Amino acid sequence: MGYARDVGALARKDLLLELRARDTLPAMLLFVGSVFVVFHFALPGTSSRLATAGLLWVAILFTALLGLGRAFVPEREQRTFDGLVLAPCDRSAIWLAKSLATLAFLVAAELVALPLYALFFHSVGGATVAAVALADLGICGVGTFLGAMAVATRARDLILPLLFLPLAMPIVVGAVGATVVDSPGRYLGFLALYDLLFAVICWASFEYVVAE
Amino acid sequence: MNRSAATIQAVGRTRISLPVLAGASLVLVTTALAFVFFVAPNDADQGFSQRIFYFHVSIAITAYGCFAGAAWKALRHLWKRDPRADLESYVFVHQGVIFGTLVLLTGSIWAKISWGHWWLWSEDQLVLFLVLFLFYCAYFMLRFSVDPGPQRANLSAVYALFGVVLIPVSFAAIRLSKQLIHPVVFTRDGPNFHGWILVTYCLAQVALPVLAYTLYRLELSAKRLDGRLRDLREVLA
Repeated sequence: MGYARDVGALARKDLLLELRARDTLPAMLLFVGSVFVVFHFALPGTSSRLATAGLLWVAILFTALLGLGRAFVPEREQRTFDGLVLAPCDRSAIWLAKSLATLAFLVAAELVALPLYALFFHSVGGATVAAVALADLGICGVGTFLGAMAVATRARDLILPLLFLPLAMPIVVGAVGATVVDSPGRYLGFLALYDLLFAVICWASFEYVVAE
Repeated sequence: MNRSAATIQAVGRTRISLPVLAGASLVLVTTALAFVFFVAPNDADQGFSQRIFYFHVSIAITAYGCFAGAAWKALRHLWKRDPRADLESYVFVHQGVIFGTLVLLTGSIWAKISWGHWWLWSEDQLVLFLVLFLFYCAYFMLRFSVDPGPQRANLSAVYALFGVVLIPVSFAAIRLSKQLIHPVVFTRDGPNFHGWILVTYCLAQVALPVLAYTLYRLELSAKRLDGRLRDLREVLA
């Protein structure tokens, strides 16, 4: 019970911070809109549903990356990371709370991005929405974990995409598969399995990322 | 100081010496090469080019072995706080990336000869190795942008552990994403090759891990010597 309260308090802190400063979400929204426009001109003529489905996922992935890169910036700039680590709560609660906050930003960005995609390119089906929901969990869980790693390095923002993209490859396979095939069950199952597997690893090993 | 000296001695007693290993890998790799070129018969279907498979497959399995070794050492670092495990894990990743690059090269050569293209996305193992190659290259980026110390060891270890989870997950993902073209040598009825082909394959399969282990030990001893030199210099300065 105490664990859930810790996570809630930490996540609320991040959401409150975003509500006051408005650093991340407007940037993500603007980015995803610009990416769609760039895609329109990058695609040759009238492109197929298949091609644009792939591009939707590229847009989501890179928008998420933008949010993930910002996730630990306040902690770094205000030097509050040590305070978080020293707080009398389980360290994995920090990861879970950050993931939830990032997930909230990503979902908010997608609430605009998916209708925009439907408006610009092709309609969005139920399977796509399910895939987006499942992929978001994996993207935010793994991405936040790697964000905490990246923020400990000298390279910081530079290194997060390098760490994240190879690990996100299975998400793209599952998500694109679920978007384009007629019976997406297998792909959605794969996404759920990925989420579960990596959530357990992240949860168990976050301690080592933040503690010396 | 005394304790570490004692550990090094104890390790020295239990391990095969480096010159013996180097000699063994030289003999084994040379014999394997001789078998590949002169003893193994031409493949009825693919001809001479099929011979690259003896090394391609063995190198791939060796690379997996290195990544698994890296993860095992990473686990020892996180779990038992073994002071030597961090460097050992790093050297394993390094060897794994070298052998992984060789997999990509031999795979590309084979794809060019068999299908006329240097790169084929329909090649499961090749695509998997590309993903792993990118993943483990990022390992070096991560490791070398953190100052040496406990935090670097922890981050490296956690990332190396992610690697062994990523291997099966990526493999499943690649299988999901396409149809199967890769020739499958081992089936449920056991290996579908016999005689000299089997002998040659087994020889290569033994030779390359021995070579990898020799390189691993060599790099490890060089890195340890480096570290000790640095310590001595600090003491003197």
